[in-house]
Amino acid sequence: MPSVSMTVNGKPVTGDVEARTLLVQFLRENLRLTGTHVGCDTSQCGACVIHIDGIAAKSCTTLALQCEGAKITTIEGLAEANGPLHPMQEAFREHHGLQCGFCTPGMIMAALDIVRRRGNDLDEHTIREQLDGNLCRCTGYHNIVKAIQAGAKAMAAGAPTAQAAE
Amino acid sequence: MSATGIGAAVRRKEDFRFITGKGQYTDDVTRPGETRAIFVRSPHAHAKIKNIDVSEARRMPGVIDVLTGSDLAGDKIGNLICGWMVHSKDGSPMKMAPHPALAAGKVNHVGDAVAVVIAESVLLGKDAAEKVKVDYEVLPAVVDPAQAKTGPQIHDLAPKNTIYEWSLGDAKATEAAFAAAKHVTKLDFINNRLAPNAMEPRAALAEYDAGTDQLTLWNTSQNPHVARLVISAFVGIAPEHKLRVIAPDVGGGFGSKIFIYPEEVVCLWASRRVRRPVKWTSERTEAFLTDAHGRDHVTHAELALDANGKILALRAHTIANLGAYMSTFSSSVPTYLYATLLSGQYDIPQIYCEVDAVYTNTVPVDAYRGAGRPEATFVVERLVEVAAREMGLEPPELRRRNFIKSFPHQTPVIMAYDAGDYHASLKKAMELADVKGFAKRKRDAARHGKLRGLGYSTYIEACGIAPSQAVGSLGAGVGLWESAEVRVNPTGSVEVLTGSHAHGQGHETTFAQLVSERLGIPFENVSIVHGDTDKVQFGMGTYGSRSGAVGMSAIVKALDKVEAKAKKVAAHMLEAAEGDIEFKDGKFTVAGTDKSAAWGDVALNAYIAHKFSGQELEPGLKETSFYDPTNFTFPAGCHICEIEIDRETGKTEIVNWIAVDDFGTVINPMIVEGQVHGGIAQGVGQALLEGVVYDKEGQLVTGSLMDYSMPHAHDLPSFKVETTETKAPSNPLGMKGCGEAGAIAAPAAVINAITDAIGTEELAMPATANAVWSALQRATPRVAA
Repeated sequence: MPSVSMTVNGKPVTGDVEARTLLVQFLRENLRLTGTHVGCDTSQCGACVIHIDGIAAKSCTTLALQCEGAKITTIEGLAEANGPLHPMQEAFREHHGLQCGFCTPGMIMAALDIVRRRGNDLDEHTIREQLDGNLCRCTGYHNIVKAIQAGAKAMAAGAPTAQAAE
Repeated sequence: MSATGIGAAVRRKEDFRFITGKGQYTDDVTRPGETRAIFVRSPHAHAKIKNIDVSEARRMPGVIDVLTGSDLAGDKIGNLICGWMVHSKDGSPMKMAPHPALAAGKVNHVGDAVAVVIAESVLLGKDAAEKVKVDYEVLPAVVDPAQAKTGPQIHDLAPKNTIYEWSLGDAKATEAAFAAAKHVTKLDFINNRLAPNAMEPRAALAEYDAGTDQLTLWNTSQNPHVARLVISAFVGIAPEHKLRVIAPDVGGGFGSKIFIYPEEVVCLWASRRVRRPVKWTSERTEAFLTDAHGRDHVTHAELALDANGKILALRAHTIANLGAYMSTFSSSVPTYLYATLLSGQYDIPQIYCEVDAVYTNTVPVDAYRGAGRPEATFVVERLVEVAAREMGLEPPELRRRNFIKSFPHQTPVIMAYDAGDYHASLKKAMELADVKGFAKRKRDAARHGKLRGLGYSTYIEACGIAPSQAVGSLGAGVGLWESAEVRVNPTGSVEVLTGSHAHGQGHETTFAQLVSERLGIPFENVSIVHGDTDKVQFGMGTYGSRSGAVGMSAIVKALDKVEAKAKKVAAHMLEAAEGDIEFKDGKFTVAGTDKSAAWGDVALNAYIAHKFSGQELEPGLKETSFYDPTNFTFPAGCHICEIEIDRETGKTEIVNWIAVDDFGTVINPMIVEGQVHGGIAQGVGQALLEGVVYDKEGQLVTGSLMDYSMPHAHDLPSFKVETTETKAPSNPLGMKGCGEAGAIAAPAAVINAITDAIGTEELAMPATANAVWSALQRATPRVAA
């Protein structure tokens, strides 16, 4: 089996994988980083969104071997252990932007990418359009939209925008 | 109101683990030596299995075993069952066909499990599953419920594919009322078939401990105790005391995770055979092929009115598609959860409903958010709206003329409504929706080439499921009480073990709010334990908006007992008579004195037992309650939807949504609003986007999220959610339940709004742009007029 090396949440990792192993399988099964979820098999739901070199990607549609040498950030890497939460995480809690929690890691990682691309002053319409790659069955999106809007503002207001692990 | 007590918008305890990726869902659990189960599924809707050849699959790398239906039968594993007996009009019992966990000689829907590969990994298992050779003799299939009675026979014991022909109400009196009517409104409905699509796919992990002969199942379940009971008592995998079922974090349910499915049975059985843990995790395509679907009714309904718009009677005939097998509670959904709600919020003297339940070559159909009540609400609220339009009355006015005004109110269809104020919710919703300004908004929209419509849905539901004796008399195989155990620790902190199960509802927060307020202890000092049959006493689980009205009532009853016991302890500590002890804000006081004991001291004294003898009082502070409700609860309200339609494309945009709901007592308004938002989203999904489609051969056309249209953020508006309040008199907190209201109210509100805009009632769900555009072409003369 080929070997792959990458940096995940700031730590160098190496593993032997089948060529067809998906990044999400490598994260969940090899590294036991189970915060990244799989909710579909057609790249629709976004529960698996992580960041590759700072850009959001669906880890269910990325081969582990494609990520040789890449810097990967998962939901587990957003806040330091025992440190403060990332403002976007805090915003999801404050605004009740989650119910069952299954889509939440992907939503938060996608939200950070919206901020990266569209800035910190986001209107409701922009957020709704930009969330096209993420599905939630619990919240009706109402509070997710509020959370992302507030999280983006909090990031601008001095809370750390750089991800902890990068 | 304290900052964390009843009525406070407390932020959720459970959120930290979910926003940091530390949730533990079933697929996140892993056991040493774990293997993976990959199912071989039927590609045909209806076929005889002539032969299964597993020899090549067995030789594939990483394969531990390959098992089929004949292995299952050889080990005498029993069938899955439906736990609610419904009788036909003629008194005959429903025709429950055998449902083996792996097909026995015949497959009855695409996706029916034929064999299972147990392998070292998912990838190796999938490779091997491709090598299982199944020789099928394809049979003709039937998928349309309206054709089921004349279609090819699916199960030998169910002639004409008919499970039951059931009725409720007085047929003759209803007919007489129709004969005397001045106006009759008639409508035909298809209540579209839906796929639940909880974001977490189902999963099961089974582990057999040969040393103790004990089986453990981690399972995506809304009711782990019921799963254990059915798997033990009916499927016969293991005795109940040798089977532990754990439902850890569960990523949404919406009904689909109530039921007992073949896959968990197979994982348990296989783990004992191969002597290693066996895990199965559904892929989304498998979910579409195996998770119980919802709705799928074909209905003709009529409403009889007098000259003043007073409703005289309602009658309906429904064909309910239950799919290829009877799922766990499937029989109850189109009967006792549907026809019993056909009175809506209205005083209707006579109601008669006939329901024919049929088998088809499709995935089993069972409860999905609302379960029967959305179907009933759609029938009632469409009939009322259309009747108003036909009679030239304003839709709210026709509703007002027929609202039930005094309680209790006995409907002709079993239910006895105990409290409500339907005028109040309608009035408040109309104010919030600025109904007075609608005519101007409609004119403004027309100037931009848009059609604007306003739709009402004044819904009712029966929640707080349910008084055990009542549901037993209607055929339920179980009681529908709930349990709670309150364990006070020597340091005064509290664990509540509840038979309810949370899969997004936030029980760890709301239940702790109740305990914190009642005992006067910090919210942080309360833990809620659920979802593990080894920890929690028997419980019935979460569905039907029952965890507040029934689950929390059980906690209240256990807290009553804790308080009574703690007062005895305090009396010994304070050397006072038990009757003189008062308990308030976490402090026990001797009435009329300044002698007191703090909660923590009383808890400690209950355990050290130094202040009383064993003859006077048992040590410890732990109490249990099994609470059986005395009535259903009746949440009700008014949703108003305002939409705009692009004439050129038929695309509907929801421009305003008002929800005014009466849920009785609200524990946490933030969580309640979230439940309403999610319910509306699912109801809007049904109305505008979602629909399971089978082709004539029984192939599932909508088998992935590329083909089945789940609501996205940009399909929905923000919602205005408000409440009115009448307490539910039947439970100690006055709670009614909020989990399903949105899904129940929304479809009728949307379709009433669209039909208001386009001027024709001929519009089926989902009202896609294509469907609305087509309806508009048919309706052009009326719109122009």
